[in-house]
Formats: sequence, structure tokens, C-alpha cells
Amino acid sequence: MARGWYPKALMNMDLEFVNPQTLHIDTPLEMVSGSVLPQYDLVYETYGQLNKTASNALLICHALSGNHHVAGYYKGDKTPGWWNGYIGPGKPIDTDRFFVVCSNNLGGCHGSTGPASINPLTGQVYGPDFPIVTCKDWVHSQNQLRQHLKIDRWAAVIGGSMGGMQVLQWAIDYPEQLQHAIVIAAAPKLSAQNIAFNEVARRAIMTDPDFHNGRFIEANTTPKKGLALARMLGHLTYLSDDMMGSKFGRELREGKLNYNFDVEFQVESYLRYQGEKFVTKQNFDANTYLLMTKALDYFDPAADFDNNLSLALAKATAHFLVISFTSDWRFAPERSHEIVKALLDNDAAVSYAEVDSQHGHDAFLLPNAHYEGIFRAYMQRVLSDVTPEESS
Amino acid sequence: MNARTPEFNLISEWILPNSRVLDLGCGDGTLLHHLKKTRQTTGYGMEIDPEKNIVAISRGINVIQSNLNSHEICDYFDEDSFDFVIMTQAIQVVSRPDLLIDEMLSVGKEGIITFPNFGHWRNLSRLFFQGRMPQNETLPNPWYNTANIHLCTFSDFEDLCDEKDIAIVERKVVNTQHQPSIFTRLSPNLLGEIALYRIKRKTKAPSNETFA
Repeated sequence: MARGWYPKALMNMDLEFVNPQTLHIDTPLEMVSGSVLPQYDLVYETYGQLNKTASNALLICHALSGNHHVAGYYKGDKTPGWWNGYIGPGKPIDTDRFFVVCSNNLGGCHGSTGPASINPLTGQVYGPDFPIVTCKDWVHSQNQLRQHLKIDRWAAVIGGSMGGMQVLQWAIDYPEQLQHAIVIAAAPKLSAQNIAFNEVARRAIMTDPDFHNGRFIEANTTPKKGLALARMLGHLTYLSDDMMGSKFGRELREGKLNYNFDVEFQVESYLRYQGEKFVTKQNFDANTYLLMTKALDYFDPAADFDNNLSLALAKATAHFLVISFTSDWRFAPERSHEIVKALLDNDAAVSYAEVDSQHGHDAFLLPNAHYEGIFRAYMQRVLSDVTPEESS
Repeated sequence: MNARTPEFNLISEWILPNSRVLDLGCGDGTLLHHLKKTRQTTGYGMEIDPEKNIVAISRGINVIQSNLNSHEICDYFDEDSFDFVIMTQAIQVVSRPDLLIDEMLSVGKEGIITFPNFGHWRNLSRLFFQGRMPQNETLPNPWYNTANIHLCTFSDFEDLCDEKDIAIVERKVVNTQHQPSIFTRLSPNLLGEIALYRIKRKTKAPSNETFA
């Protein structure tokens, strides 16, 4: 573990026994694609206490394969939420001070309505009929959750990768509803290369014989091979060459070459394990994977503003912290520069940190002293905007 | 009080209230924090050092982590975005001070630059009598391990301004205690240890010419 800003044993503790909740929403969601979702569920978790004036609430937005279980442990579970290192008592996102909310994105496969859910109109599984969701739709649905929780304004909306894009969308679509925006390892839109990777992942899933045009649940199967391939490819783009070099190098699985097509190198074994885990342990739904990659491809808030990101962000009033990682080639620091530049064009309050890390895109989930220091310092600023008399 | 406080006080005398300020190499944000309090300034700092960035952020400073040698300033900011672009004790550490000055005066209406005087008599005498590179309070590190790769004298700096058609609006020459004295007035290039310059472009060059 990297050195923390405070002594870890003293300050940082894990949340225990967190529980998900479900909000059923009857307000129809008019989606960007033109489809309307008459009703849907959002599953979410909360940590910490909402103060009397509801001014200490944070919304965490998850990345492609993430979900609402962002921190703490379920009873009997050994694996904590996906951002446990940064959220908990005494951690940069301090649950002793903030009320933390994270929901599973619509179209997901961990409790929120998605392709694996039953369509109440037909009584059948949605499958491929689940409408295409976009970042805007997510933000729109999360805004329903905000109203349900009686939060006027988030003290901050925070997210990495795809979650960072949602943060941008929040700042653009609901400028009055967030005071701070923390955008980590994100991009203002996908590059051709990013889209290309997503397309290969989708082809892997859709050409799996077990895909059944998306109706694999009815066919009592899942496109395991395709989904695992998609995950292996995605996972590759989260790692850096340097990191893979130092972690695996050309290390052999059996200590000698066998000259066949079985796993020879450790890196092959690792990738296969990642693909396998995604399909079996995480039970990720292949249609959800397709939807999430599509939402990423479509994300381009500047498109509605003459392809001018500065114009898109002109109405944003949030204060921004933008963070990138030096070895992230999926959403490289240059992509964060674009966001920072657009904010500077608007004279927005923005700070930017480029964290030195060899862990590639995944760095936003991992311990790092600089990252943690910046995060902690900025969260103190967020806290200072939650006025003391307002904290209960 | 910080060792640099007197220097920062001298700088803030030049800053008009409510100015927009960019501080290049802003360190831990002390100067911007000071200007925010005393002159109600707005703006940004740029700094490469992560540890200093953390302190600046906790002070409430908006800081963009950036390498001054990468010439990102004109990418980030439009022409005349700031009333003042400040660079304290940093010009001697960058790879191309001349280009950086162009960038400063492109995005800012005025520049404020402070740096140690290599032509101070103590430096000269060490070179002349001992044949060795100066090492003292202002230049604490040995020649092989110093960030100061572009040291210059006040006259050198003023020559560069002249060449670039840059007007020196005002100059303050002080000793290490940041006091002007009869000596620093008599022969600044020989007796002054630190100079503070306020500069502006005589005729503002079109933006596409300033940095190619």
C-alpha cells in the first residue's frame, strides 16, 4: 500500500455491513434515443448520515463494470465495494462527515432495471429490447433519486472513467444541483480508438453462438466466451505496458515452454482469469455490457453545442477537480486537458492534477499517495462549503 | 511568516484590487492566497510539484498541475486572460526563459518577474578571486545540482526585454532581506541581490505570432 496522508491504522476504517436499497420510479423516463421507460427501479447504497439541511450529500458515479456497491462489506462477504480504498470513516471520502450515495446505472445488471429485468408490459425479459441508454439518461434517472432523498444539491458529484463522464453531464444538465464536480480519468468524448475497442468487445459478444440475438436468458444460456473475451480486451486497455511488464514480464506459467496453444505465459493466464471471473463470479450480463459500451460511444456533450465543449460547459457553476494518470492511455492526460481547457475558457473554478502512476487507467481505483493527498485536500474544500452549523 | 513574505508584499503593492492573476510556478499557493486575501484577486496557479499542489488545493487555490517547460500556457489560456502573470524565482529554472516570457505577455496584460541577480558583487568576486561558481543564501546549491540553469544578471534581463520590445514598467531591486538600500540604488546590477520587474509588451503582438 502506498503511504497515506494520515496514519492508516488511526484514521482509515472500513464500513461494515452495508445494505442496498431499491427505489421504484413511476415517472416515465424519456430517453435520448426517443424511447420511453414508463417505470424502473434504481438500486443504491448510502453510507454516513445526511445532515439536517441535506447539504453534505455526495453522489458517486460508477464506471463501466462497476455498480452501487462502492464501499464497505456485505454481511459474510470478504470483498469490499469497488472504491473501498477511498470511501469510509477517515478516508478521503469521509463517511463520518459526508452522506455518500451511489446507484447502479439504469441498464445495469446488479439490481437497477436493465436488459435482464422483466419488462412489466410484456412479462418477458427485456433482453435486446431494452432501450439504448445514454449518460444523459443516467443523470436524469439519478436526479429522480436525488429528489427522493430530498437533497436539494449534491455537495459533490464524483466519478472515475465512465463515472467521470456522468459527472460532466451532471454539471451540464443540472448546474444548480451540484456544488463540486470531481472528474477522474475521464474524457469529454471517446476517440476513434476507444470506439474501436468497444466495437471489438461487442462483436465478441454478439458473434458468440450462445448470444441468441440477445435472447440468451430465454435460451437458458449466456454468451460466456464472448463476454469473457470482451472483458479481456477491456481489461487490457485499463493496464499500462510498463505495469504489465513489471507484473508479468515474460514469466512462464510452467517454468518452461511447451510449444502449444495452451497458456504459456503468466499474462495469458491472468487475462483468462479476469475474463472468467467477470462472467462467473460477477455474473455480468452480456446485454448490459453492450449497453454500457454504447453509452460510452454516444457520450459527447459538446455535440449539442456546435461541437464546442467550452460552450457545453458555459452554464456549469460547479467547482471542478480534474484528475488524470500519467500512464493511462485509455483516457490519457491529454483528454483531461481538453476538459480543463474548456473549464478555463469559462473562467470556472478548476484544479487539475496529473498523478504519476504506472497502473494505467486502473490507477483511479488504486492506492497512490499523490492521488490520495489531492483527493483528501479537495474533499476538505468540499466540506468547508458544508457550513458547520448545517452539519448535524 | 514565510521567508518569501517580504517579496510577496512587494509584489502585492503592484497588484490592483480584483485583478485576475496567473502565478506560474505557484508552489504551495502562498502568494495567490496572500493576493486573494489582500487584493481580492481571482485566477489560477500553475505548479509541477505534487506535494505543493496538495498544499495549494487545501488553501483553496485553483491550481493546474503543469510543467512550465511544456509550453501549455497558451494552450490553456487565451490572449489577455489575466491582468497579471507572475513568476517568482522561477525564470532561472525553466528551459527557455525567453519563450516563457512571450507566453506570459501573451496571456497576461502585464508580467511580474522576480529572480536572483547573478551579477551581484559577491557572485562576481567568488568567480573572480576563487574561480568558482557562486554558492550562497540566494543560490544555495552547487553547480552540478542546481535547478538554476539560466541564471542572469539584471542587465542581461533588461537586454532581453529590450530585444523583445518589452517595456519595463517598474523595477525594484532589493537585498536578501528584501530591503532597498542606498547601495541597491547606487549600483543595482552589482549590489542588488533580488530584482522584481513589472513588464509589458510595448506593442501587443498578434496572438499567432507570439509563440510559434
